[in-house]
Amino acid sequence: MSTSSRNNHVPVLAALAAALIGVAIGFAFFVAPEDVDQGISQRIFYFHVPIALTAYSCFGWGAYKALLLLWRKDERYDLESYVAIHQGTIFGSLTLLTGSIWAKASWGHWWLWSENQLVLFLVLFLFYSAYFMLRFSIEEGPRRANISAVYALFGVVLIPVSFLAIRLAENIIHPTVFTREGPQMSGTMFLTFCIAWLAMTVLAYALYRLELLGKRLDSNLRELRELVT
Amino acid sequence: MTYFTDVVTLARKDLRLELRARDTFPAMLLFVISTLVIFHFALPADADEVAAQGLLWVALVFTALLGLARVWAPERESGALEGLVLAPCDRSAIWLGKATAVFVFLGAVELVALPAFGLFFAPVDAATVAGVILASIGICAVGTLLAAMAAASRTRELVLPLLFLPLAIPLVVGGVGASVSPDPGRYLAFLALYDGIFAVLCWASFEYVVSE
Repeated sequence: MSTSSRNNHVPVLAALAAALIGVAIGFAFFVAPEDVDQGISQRIFYFHVPIALTAYSCFGWGAYKALLLLWRKDERYDLESYVAIHQGTIFGSLTLLTGSIWAKASWGHWWLWSENQLVLFLVLFLFYSAYFMLRFSIEEGPRRANISAVYALFGVVLIPVSFLAIRLAENIIHPTVFTREGPQMSGTMFLTFCIAWLAMTVLAYALYRLELLGKRLDSNLRELRELVT
Repeated sequence: MTYFTDVVTLARKDLRLELRARDTFPAMLLFVISTLVIFHFALPADADEVAAQGLLWVALVFTALLGLARVWAPERESGALEGLVLAPCDRSAIWLGKATAVFVFLGAVELVALPAFGLFFAPVDAATVAGVILASIGICAVGTLLAAMAAASRTRELVLPLLFLPLAIPLVVGGVGASVSPDPGRYLAFLALYDGIFAVLCWASFEYVVSE
């Protein structure tokens, strides 16, 4: 049936993600030229930034599914929104981790309040952690689905607002790689970055599909069990 | 016009309830004064006025949180929320009425808290007052909706601060900026932007929070 044929995509997606990540690692370490200014530590950029962008995409995807839930009242969007936000939170934590390592290598501190993106991810991490607290303290049902969806929508609005707030509260020392004149890096570096970005996106999508598959199996099993008893 | 009549009726109901029971307002008042006294002892003797301005915002946010935790308590305790939801009025009017009532409480608390802050720490200028008013609008708009979410959960008062504080960070940035910056205009503009965005979002989404 349609679900089983869709399920078969997960191993293919996982294999594709693994292969792409292999290529991205190869490019990041052996093909991309060494940064004149920062040396080897700059190479974490090829992981840190794609992971951060993937986290944003997951949060955006979760909010999109949340909007669909409120719009169409179809319960399956609830699970999809939740899984996307779960993946976003995982990638968000990885962003905090890799950002922290990069900050230590570049500036000698594990945490810098002047680093906007890191602070933003900390705010988002707190916000989305509260999402899980809220979700798991409400009885399962349409009420929980609606409340989770509204909170997920608050998240995507909070991202630009917080970004603006942190910009207002800052003094800039974060290197700005992307400016209005386009990316400030060489062709090979940009290619490596794009491959890494693609790899992370495919990985996130594979994980999203996998978790969704597991959660759906769980709920189907629970329904069957209730039928039997 | 009926929409605004509904809002006024709902807000007046909350104000009357508070006037008769006097549950929340005295507690908030006592809390904010106690917090300011705590801050006096928490600040080193040679701390400057700028640090105290930051603490004012901490005191305001936590006082608001104390009030917000009880915002839906009367409805919940007497099971009146179902009745309100079934009432023949737009559901967003319930949110607007409640947020208006909370704004009045918070405003009344701030009317005491700001002079007290001026007395204990440093004089309060016009930019700070404008910042407090704008931030209070945002706090009430967002806080009332989040409190409704928290009221639906098992953990209620426990989960509300977790939901509210990340969303209050931009308000604190704007408020502190308005208090300490020599150019408070852009911080006040940011607070107004926050109020506008989140008020519309809360207004549009409240219906989904209270209905199934």
